[in-house]
Amino acid sequence: MKKEEIPQDNGALGKIAKEVTYVVDENGNYSTGQSTGWDVKTEALNVAWHDVEAKIEAAKQQVLSGGASPILYFMEKKIMDLNILASYTGYWKWTIKKHLKPSGFQKLPADKLKKYAALFEVSVEELKNPFNTVNRE
Amino acid sequence: MELQHTNFKHLQAAHCENGVTTALLRHYGITKITEPLAFGMGSGLFYIQLPFMKVNGGPAISFRTMPGLIFKRTCTALGVPVTRKKFRSHEKAMQELDGRILAGKPTACQVGVFYLTYFPKEYRFHFNAHNLIVVDKKGDDYYISDPIMEGLVTMNSYELERVRFAKGAFAPRGQLYYPGDHLKEPTDEQMKQGIIKGIKRNCRDMLHIPGSFGGVSGIAYTGRQIKKWKTKLGDEKARSYLAQLVRMQEEIGTGGGGFRFIYGAFLQQAHPYIKADELFDLSQKFTATGDKWRDAAIQASGIYKGRLNTQADYDNMGDRLIEISALEKQAFQQLKALVGKIK
Repeated sequence: MKKEEIPQDNGALGKIAKEVTYVVDENGNYSTGQSTGWDVKTEALNVAWHDVEAKIEAAKQQVLSGGASPILYFMEKKIMDLNILASYTGYWKWTIKKHLKPSGFQKLPADKLKKYAALFEVSVEELKNPFNTVNRE
Repeated sequence: MELQHTNFKHLQAAHCENGVTTALLRHYGITKITEPLAFGMGSGLFYIQLPFMKVNGGPAISFRTMPGLIFKRTCTALGVPVTRKKFRSHEKAMQELDGRILAGKPTACQVGVFYLTYFPKEYRFHFNAHNLIVVDKKGDDYYISDPIMEGLVTMNSYELERVRFAKGAFAPRGQLYYPGDHLKEPTDEQMKQGIIKGIKRNCRDMLHIPGSFGGVSGIAYTGRQIKKWKTKLGDEKARSYLAQLVRMQEEIGTGGGGFRFIYGAFLQQAHPYIKADELFDLSQKFTATGDKWRDAAIQASGIYKGRLNTQADYDNMGDRLIEISALEKQAFQQLKALVGKIK
C-alpha cells in the first residue's frame, strides 16, 4: 500500500485515534502513516454487530414467549456465551443452563439474582422484568 | 498529562504487543528496537484457521502468533530478562503493580477490551489478549500508554482492575510483565543473530507447520473452504464468516494486510544488520501479498455488503487466497534460502 492510498474513511476508532498503517513510497521504502478508517472494515464490523443485534432480538422473543428466562436476553446483550458467563459468575455451565429456563429462574434465590444483575449492570427488578418499561422506577 | 514518577515516552504502534514490547525495551535502554524489528524477531507473522473451532460464531482465524510470544522471543533474542506474573488475588495484583509504578517502573498488563473505558463501544468484544503499559499513578488514576492510542489515557483503579481480571478465553488473570531495568544496548551482532533466528522460526511456522490449516497451506485451506460457504452455510452466515475474516485481517493492530506490511518493513530494517540486498526484493514481495490481501478484503466486502452474491463471487474470493498462499510460499522459501546462507 502506498502512502497516498491510505483510506481515510470514517471508522469507529477514527473518532478517538488514528490508526498506524505501514506504507511504501514510490521506491518501495517503508514508513508509517495514519488512517481514520476504512469502509471495507467498518462494514465488516457492522456485520458483526448486526449479528449480535439479531441474537439479542431472538433472545428477547424467546423470553417474551416464555421459552427462556431473562438471563438469556442479558447474556446476549453483553455479547457473552455460556463459557464467559460461567467464568464471570463462577457457576457451572449446567447450573446456568437451568437458570436460562423460566422454571429455573423462578427458583433463584435473592443473592444469585443480585449477582446476575450486578454482572449485567441492571437492577434486580430490571433483571426480572427486562421489557417492562412502564413500571420501572 | 504530566508524569510524576517516570519520563516514559508514549509510542503509538500498529499492534498492541509489538507496541508494548518496543516502548518498554526503549524505555529500559534498548534504543535500536522498532515495532517492525520487534515483530520480526518475535516471528509474529502467521496464519491459521482452526478447524472445528468457532470465535463469536465465525471461523477461528489468526494472522499472528500466540499472544505473549512476540515479547518473550524478542527479549530472549536480546538477552533481556523477562518477568511475567499472574495473580489469584485482585488486591495483590494491584499492590504489586502500584509498587512498580510508584518506583518509576512502567509495567505492561494483559487486559480484556470489553470493559476498556476509553475504547469505542464498537470495538468492545470479549477479547482478552490486549496489551497496554501502566506508566504512572496519581490519586486513584492510572496513566496508561496504550499503543493503539495517540497519547496517554487514564483509568481509575476499579476500571483497571476490571480489565485486568476480565474472564473468558485467554483470561489475563491480572497478568503483568516487564523486562529488567537498566538494559544494555545490544551489539549489532546480537541484533543480527536475533533477526536471523526470528526469520528462521517464521519460515518454519509458515512453511513446515504440520497439518493443512496453518501457515501458507492454511491460507489455501481457507480459500477452498470459502468456495463451499455459500451452499454450506447459506448467504447470511457466509457473509458473516467473510466479515470475520476481514476483521481478523484488518482490524486494529495488523498495520494493514494482515501484518504483511509490517513484515515488509521489518525486512528493510533488517538490512543494516544483515546486509543482503535480496531483502529489499523480498520486502517488495510481502508488500505485494499485503496488497493482495487488501484486494481480497474488498472482494469480500462486496459480498457482505450484498453487492456480490453468486457462487462465482465466492470462487473468485477463494481463488485470491489460493493465489496468496502460493505467493507467500515462494517468498518464504526464498527468505529461508537467503538466511540459510548467512552465518
